[in-house]
Amino acid sequence: MQGRVWKFGNDIDTDAIIPARYLNTSDPAELAKHVMEDADATFPEKVKPGDIIVALKNFGCGSSREHAPLALKAAGVACVIAHSFARIFYRNAINIGLPILESPEAAVRIEEGHEVKVDLAKGSIVNLTTGETFQAAPFPAFMQEIMARGGLIGYVQWRLAQK
Amino acid sequence: MGMTIAEKILARHADKDCVRPGELINARVDLVLGNDVTAPVAIKEFRRLGVEKVFDRDRIALVPDHFTPNKDIQSAEQAKIVREFAREQDITYYFEVGRMGIEHALLPEEGLALPGEIIVGADSHTCTYGALGALATGVGSTDMAAAMALGEAWFKVPPTLKFIFRGTLRPWVSGKDLILYLIGKIGVDGALYRSMEFAGEIIENLSMDSRLSMCNMAIEAGAKCGIIAPDAVTLDYVSARAKRPFEPVYPDADAEYEKVYTFDGADIEPQVAFPHLPENTRGISEVGEITIDQVVIGSCTNGRIEDLRVAAELLKGKKAHKNVRLIIIPGTQKILRQALQEGLIDIFLAAEAVVSTPTCGPCLGGHMGILAKGERALATTNRNFVGRMGHPESEVYLCNPAVAAASAVTGKISAPEEVL
Repeated sequence: MQGRVWKFGNDIDTDAIIPARYLNTSDPAELAKHVMEDADATFPEKVKPGDIIVALKNFGCGSSREHAPLALKAAGVACVIAHSFARIFYRNAINIGLPILESPEAAVRIEEGHEVKVDLAKGSIVNLTTGETFQAAPFPAFMQEIMARGGLIGYVQWRLAQK
Repeated sequence: MGMTIAEKILARHADKDCVRPGELINARVDLVLGNDVTAPVAIKEFRRLGVEKVFDRDRIALVPDHFTPNKDIQSAEQAKIVREFAREQDITYYFEVGRMGIEHALLPEEGLALPGEIIVGADSHTCTYGALGALATGVGSTDMAAAMALGEAWFKVPPTLKFIFRGTLRPWVSGKDLILYLIGKIGVDGALYRSMEFAGEIIENLSMDSRLSMCNMAIEAGAKCGIIAPDAVTLDYVSARAKRPFEPVYPDADAEYEKVYTFDGADIEPQVAFPHLPENTRGISEVGEITIDQVVIGSCTNGRIEDLRVAAELLKGKKAHKNVRLIIIPGTQKILRQALQEGLIDIFLAAEAVVSTPTCGPCLGGHMGILAKGERALATTNRNFVGRMGHPESEVYLCNPAVAAASAVTGKISAPEEVL
């Protein structure tokens, strides 16, 4: 995948990704209208399908709301690259099939507006604007299995079929 | 080499003799929790699984608490999805309005969170039950759906950080201050992916309500869980209420910790976390002059009876400052009733406070006390992120119930001694 980068800082919390005032619905399309609104009020209008978010440390900290990765996915965000992710957001992203990559170097070096190419299977990130390349930490085989089955629901269906 | 309490609980639930940090395991869960925000998504995912029945109707708790009593039509529809699922699946522990409370105040009170257990909840503050010696952790809705179907979940065994609190507590310092102080030291990702174990004389002498406040905010340091080894205080609390048999788990003497921190109670005064992160803490003596528009005493962090007693002690015979709206939210129906019987509610009303039915309400900017642009609240809640209690240009400061009550009287962030 390849896309334009929107850059965010440290500790982007789930209230910034999708404020609780919109949690009286769980409709992904409705949530997408307000994605990242409290971090950047114009983001829902600016973001285009295929865009990539790059952030610094602890992306997705705070609440367990799966509405946060759902809103990003529904808004068309193709991938989130961060220095580190908060643990519940990390689980949720894998469970619902929102691609994420942890790379401290890429998180620091890539700037807003850069064009970035990502190979999820290899964990490789190429900054087409600067020519720099980065290697994200590989996912454990177990998590790759979940992702290969389209998320946790597909994985559990497979487990249940085996029982 | 021995195991930490988190490692031992995980090993036991995965039928292993031993687990090590970094290991990926499947483990049985003793309870699965969801609320009116997270359960509707989980129920939708559960249906996609094509499973007819939940794994055990006695091991699922559904607590509509965030936007209840329903604040608008949309939230009423969400609550209805949860209610209908509870009826269809004959869920034993569904708590309707009138019988409910804020989930993390309610489940310990009901004896549904017990020592040695694994509890997963689709709410980040599920880590609260670490106060009872359980490994309790927040998950998302899809994890909740899978756990409702399988009765198990996948875990990466976390490394453990140990925090030892030596000495004694200074006046007006509670579990809330210990955890705020600690987060101020290590930061909001200082325990990322890790288990926190709290120990030392101060913890041994801490009340259960204060322990629950403390473990509640382990997530605010990024932790998977925050655990206190069971002791006489724990067993005294759970023995009369436990809804299931349980087996306490203790850390081994030779357990391996990634890092051990030691703090001295003499260094810890009541804490205030400034906007917009819980790590922006200062001792009350270093706060300066900060006027406030609203005070909220409540939430899964500080809505328990001990919190209300402390607030009442400071509010007795006084009135909230003319510029302050004081909102007090007992955590559960039982706590509300006990506060009524003890005369606390009368003290609050005489102080011109609003007393609400149990709800998460304003803590997450849901309802019952939303802030306008430019307004500032002091709250006993757990998060002070941008826009957390309302308008993105409002501010939230976090503190314990004593500081909140004193400040409601003075109209600015104040030490409890100022109103005595």
